[in-house]
Amino acid sequence: MDFASSERAGAPPSEITSAKIVIAGGFGVGKTTLVGAVSEIEPLTTEAVMTAAGAGIDDASKVPEKGTTTVAMDFGRITMAEDLILYLFGTPGQTRFWFMWDELIRGAVGAAVLVDTRRLTDAFAPLDYFENRHLPYLVAVNCFDGAPRYEAEEVREALAIPARVPLIMCDARHRESVKAVLIGVVEHAMNTLVAEHEQGVGVG
Amino acid sequence: MTQPHDPRGNLVRPYAVTRGRTEPIRDIPIEAVLVASSAAVQEARFAGHDKYRIAVLCEPKAQSLAELAALTRLPLGVARVLVADMVADGLLTLHSAAPRKGFTERMDLLGRVLSGLRKL
Ligand SMILES: Nc1nc2c(ncn2[C@@H]2O[C@H](COP(=O)(O)OP(=O)(O)OP(=O)(O)O)[C@@H](O)[C@H]2O)c(=O)[nH]1
Ligand SMILES: [Mg+2]
Repeated sequence: MDFASSERAGAPPSEITSAKIVIAGGFGVGKTTLVGAVSEIEPLTTEAVMTAAGAGIDDASKVPEKGTTTVAMDFGRITMAEDLILYLFGTPGQTRFWFMWDELIRGAVGAAVLVDTRRLTDAFAPLDYFENRHLPYLVAVNCFDGAPRYEAEEVREALAIPARVPLIMCDARHRESVKAVLIGVVEHAMNTLVAEHEQGVGVG
Repeated sequence: MTQPHDPRGNLVRPYAVTRGRTEPIRDIPIEAVLVASSAAVQEARFAGHDKYRIAVLCEPKAQSLAELAALTRLPLGVARVLVADMVADGLLTLHSAAPRKGFTERMDLLGRVLSGLRKL
């Protein structure tokens, strides 16, 4: 229980840093469920009214009907310390609004792409998206009840997931399982950053 | 300042509340958090209904731009313009999103997030 007592005590910290992790995936793969399993607040929804101009996209045809559309995204929050907050953002279910995903992943520490084994092919578009972006991501296979059970390596092969991308099985409803997914994302982000740093420094 | 009355009603609300401006002063990240002092909340009483609501939300605890948009039910773009205005007017303090440059800074943040997750 959080009785907000500490929130009012004393002066606020002089600098509060916030980070975000993006939970991506196709329609109905369990993104909101995953966010809700660890969030300290009920997942909230915010609506972005996208216009061709406002989205910074020059091709108005990417936005259907009169150049505007509304995209909903939901998110949760984990206050880790007085001066550190982690937000989890779920991508909008409609994967065709890629420009919205671009806004969401900007500045993120990493992403998890959720996959539902009952509709494996729905994962191709989100996976493609991250393969073409400079953001560390992993694949989390959400094990729905009654869904076909695959070995991790079978899923990796079916979806042609590169060996450098971690893949883990999870249950989006369970806090410990979701924690493991998020820890995996951050560890992968750290490994990626170290590898890039070493390359940049010219060690190899 | 009072809210301008618009005979066309709620349909034009997102336009009206930002006084017709569509570009935020600063491109505030959705996860960046904002805080209001109690003095700022008092001052925001005169800044219009939506700005006042935003200030009230940011007094007891830091709220991200995304939370402010969701809690006030304003579209994200509208909330971003209002919040940027309030930062410019000294009604809100804008805190920083995760560093995007610098190996040490980024590793430090990742390390802190990692230990925060492990402690959950
Ligand atoms: N059995 C089981 N059901 C799940 C799991 N994750 C999600 N569900 C259920 O699947 C349905 C869809 O989950 P959501 O979390 O709403 O999925 P989403 O990805 O947010 O969906 P959209 O936002 O509509 O794209 C809900 O009824 C969940 O209760 C899981 O791990 N196991
Ligand atoms: Mg959802």
